[in-house]
Amino acid sequence: MQLPVLSYIEAVTQALDEEMSRDENVFVMGEDVGKRGGVFQATKGLYDKYGENRVIDTPLAESAIAGVGIGAAMYGMRPVAEMQFSDFMLPAANQIISEAAKTRYRSNNEWSVPMTIRAPFGGGVHGGLYHSQSMEAIFANVPGLKIVIPSTPYDVKGLLKASIRDNDPVIFFEHKRAYRLIKGEVPVDDYTIPLGTADVKRVGTDVTVITYGLMVHYAMQAADKLAAEGISTHILDLRTVYPLDKEAIIEAARKTGKVLLLTEDTKEGSVISEAAAIIAENCLFDLDAPIRRLAAPDAPAMPYAGPLEHAFMVKPEQVEKEIRNLAEF
Amino acid sequence: MIKARSGETLVKNRHQNLGLSDEVVLSMYENMLKARRVDERLWLLNRAGKIPFVVSCQGQESAQVGAAFGLNREKDYVAPYYRDFGFVFAWGMTIKEMMLNNFAKAEDPSSAGRQMPGHFSYRKLRMLSHSSPVTTQNPHAVGIALAAKIKGDDLVSFVDFGEGSSNQGDFHEAANFAAVHKLPVIFMCENNQYAISVGLKHQLACAHVSDRAIGYGMFGKSFDGNDPLAAYAAVKEAADRAHRGEGPTLLEANCYRLMPHTSDDNDMTYRTKEEVNEAKKHDGVLTFAAYLRSVGVLTEVREKEMEDQIRNEIDEATDYAENAPFADPDSVLRYVYEEKN
Repeated sequence: MQLPVLSYIEAVTQALDEEMSRDENVFVMGEDVGKRGGVFQATKGLYDKYGENRVIDTPLAESAIAGVGIGAAMYGMRPVAEMQFSDFMLPAANQIISEAAKTRYRSNNEWSVPMTIRAPFGGGVHGGLYHSQSMEAIFANVPGLKIVIPSTPYDVKGLLKASIRDNDPVIFFEHKRAYRLIKGEVPVDDYTIPLGTADVKRVGTDVTVITYGLMVHYAMQAADKLAAEGISTHILDLRTVYPLDKEAIIEAARKTGKVLLLTEDTKEGSVISEAAAIIAENCLFDLDAPIRRLAAPDAPAMPYAGPLEHAFMVKPEQVEKEIRNLAEF
Repeated sequence: MIKARSGETLVKNRHQNLGLSDEVVLSMYENMLKARRVDERLWLLNRAGKIPFVVSCQGQESAQVGAAFGLNREKDYVAPYYRDFGFVFAWGMTIKEMMLNNFAKAEDPSSAGRQMPGHFSYRKLRMLSHSSPVTTQNPHAVGIALAAKIKGDDLVSFVDFGEGSSNQGDFHEAANFAAVHKLPVIFMCENNQYAISVGLKHQLACAHVSDRAIGYGMFGKSFDGNDPLAAYAAVKEAADRAHRGEGPTLLEANCYRLMPHTSDDNDMTYRTKEEVNEAKKHDGVLTFAAYLRSVGVLTEVREKEMEDQIRNEIDEATDYAENAPFADPDSVLRYVYEEKN
């Protein structure tokens, strides 16, 4: 039987809808999430279905969105707070890092914050400096947080449901270019994907690509092309970028001995740099080539003007070239 | 003004008018005294090298205890801040638990010694956990009220903070959110006149913290923070408003921080002995005792009993906490995330 095909954003909406219907403690809050259904329409239809008490338009104030969510979570609710763009999360950074991430720890397990913060991220949408950024690295050395970045509609649904049911704070970054670009089969039934588990998206023997988000698709496209040249690419989708699935990273690196780490975030201090360290610590004698990283340049953020944005953003051709170089090493 | 008791008392019984029995006001006083005596002992322990740090409540006990009595202590949620000794005692924390907190021992109910002293938390008492960057607890209190509203639970969410905190973005964001959604929140600022060394006039340009309430469309009121009855009345009124669905209230208790900011501070670098001595004349612990004596509620015998009992309790609690074990060093890795099984 054929499964329904959903876009990435439709999978977000479906997961939210199913979780709200399954558990009355789940509610949605954020800027424009109510009547408008979200600026990207991720919460479309939920206001009409669940009412203003559970689909809450908040004042424009990100720290309150996070902080009020934390309080509601401490009461026993499961808030799903939307940050309109991940670039706008920084006013809430103290609430996320000092409060949500540390509440269980600092109360010696008495209080917890079962909250999910959804935030669209990523470039390639003519969003300029403040609607294009990747923010995961800022939160990716904060024990107490979990950071999820799905690449496919199937993963979106399973991971978002798992995030909402998780009893700790989860930041769920959704790639906004993927929202309508990426479509895929999504089962109608209820399923979850365990947080903290990476996924092999393609099995190969020559070069391993470890990546996440939109870049998974760039890697898949490159792999298709390179297959014609006889190069076999193994692709690991991290899915949870903090804490990392270390075993899966080590296994994927050992599989081919040649590793390309790929992110659209700026390079230094990025999530893939941590993956590089894990590989360096564990796989020295398994490597047949130096670890390579492909990332955005270490400039503040992606410019608005078309040619500048293009220059900043990682491109599929670059991915292809890097894989080929490693294969030939 | 309260005058000393003489042949015929000139002092009006104010607590009866508020519906408070003699026993209730004595209990208020007892909690204030507990907070004061514990605080004094902590400074001694610090100067004797037994505990590394003290953050003091002295000068704010009256507002704290009065506020706690104005709430429903069986039902309401509270987010006190690090000076709230009087509040947490009135809310149900024991002297032993306070000492365990200050000695940072494993049995400390707030955090098992993970946080610095005064960072109160107690889930069984519906007391939220808070951190050191100030005012972060305000949005949490609003979140409690929002959740209660969604669930249809009738309760009040109370949050305490200093006047320095009233400048933080989280103060504003929380107040605005609570007002827009008409949530049952009481924001109580304990204005002790100092944010460490920076005095009130360098913190705010308005006359009163409560003046800010109108900007949020909420009710605001200042009261004498040295008077527990004024605090009780203000908080009770705010709670009644919250229960009637009239939304949040911003209260300001005008107090004075009698001690330095913490045991690491030297307040004589920014204020004078004369100023502190003047403030001590209005110390609520002394003036409330004088009131209770003048209306014949606090007898010499009762007062001595109270002092003796508190001293014994502090002695026992200090010995217990000093000898209690620290948390196992391996526990540093516990409770980062939920531990299943």
